[in-house]
Amino acid sequence: MSNETPAGVLKKNLWTDNPIFVQILGICSTLAVTNSLANTLIMTVAVMLVTGLSNITVSVMKTLIPRKVRMIVQTLIIAFYVILVDIILRAYLPDVSRTLGPYVGLIITNCIIMGRAEAFAQSNPPIIALWDGLTSGLGYMAVLVIIAFIRELLGAGSLMGFQVLPAGFTRWTIMVMPPSAFFLLGGLIWAAKTIMIKKEAA
Amino acid sequence: MAPDISPFVLLFASIFTGNILLTTFLGMCSFISISRDMKSSNGLGLAVTVVLTLTAAINWAVMTYVLIPLDLMVYRYIVFIVVIAATVQMLEMIIDRVSPALYMSLGIFLPLITVNCAILGVALFMQIRNYNFLQTVAFGLGSGLGWWLAIMALSAIQKKVARAPVPAGLQGPGITLITIGFMAMAFVGFSGMLNVQ
Repeated sequence: MSNETPAGVLKKNLWTDNPIFVQILGICSTLAVTNSLANTLIMTVAVMLVTGLSNITVSVMKTLIPRKVRMIVQTLIIAFYVILVDIILRAYLPDVSRTLGPYVGLIITNCIIMGRAEAFAQSNPPIIALWDGLTSGLGYMAVLVIIAFIRELLGAGSLMGFQVLPAGFTRWTIMVMPPSAFFLLGGLIWAAKTIMIKKEAA
Repeated sequence: MAPDISPFVLLFASIFTGNILLTTFLGMCSFISISRDMKSSNGLGLAVTVVLTLTAAINWAVMTYVLIPLDLMVYRYIVFIVVIAATVQMLEMIIDRVSPALYMSLGIFLPLITVNCAILGVALFMQIRNYNFLQTVAFGLGSGLGWWLAIMALSAIQKKVARAPVPAGLQGPGITLITIGFMAMAFVGFSGMLNVQ
């Protein structure tokens, strides 16, 4: 497993093995904030950083962690980085920190981070593990940003808080409510899978 | 200070109008992978309800009597996670000793629960919303029951979906998510009755 190339990892994490499309991991903590594009961007950047940093830490420490307690050690490493993110957010973006509320803390239980630490960082050298974490986060970000873009545009007529659609636009109330996130994610997975199946057949 | 909501109202609100899975998307990971089998769904639902109620109460006590007096709220994430992991571990040992039969049906789900977002989510919500002890217990129990209800409903629906002609690309997670979307719409319909944040 240690002969992973950076380009191969990038392609895998963005498309063929995308954490959301293929593995359906880690949607818990972020789907709830996808009704606003700005919050989604901040959350996904936070997830990306935490995944990358905890991957490099787990990879560096892999020979030191006894196998039996590795889950709890990994959780603590992840929690450490999440606390850092939380403190930084509260210091520099207090308003955002308040609207994100509990969801920043919930990054700890985001399955992607634990999944990457288990599946990749355990058996690969640090630098490529960092890269794997960052690109996994990027693949995750890509999907959620698409969802947030659609939800904010149709639900509030704005993007990043700026009004982009004319004032007469009838807002789609469903888009600001939770069910739309499920529909959009289901639809995106449908589209992605159909393309994948076509490619395989060709 | 604690908001002025009766614990009883909170219990019903967290089952129906504020269903932790369908309105805040917590606990999705195990939800989607387990929901194909009704028996496992039932076991997992029961385990989540028990663990949620217990950990919500313990975390409330730890927060009120240890973290706040010592001014250690910065470390709450780590403390909550450790409390959850320890509770799950202990519950596993107790069930193993007391009732091996229950352990056989519940045991395999317990380790899964430590990383279930809903458990940590409830702890963080009760901290942010300043619930008092009774409200916390009601909120934990209600969230667990709500999760249980949602996973049972979904696995029942999936039995029907399994026999329907679903397009190839939509099979698996795609159709599951769209089904959850419809369920969420039904639950959003309750929100006119009770509105508790």
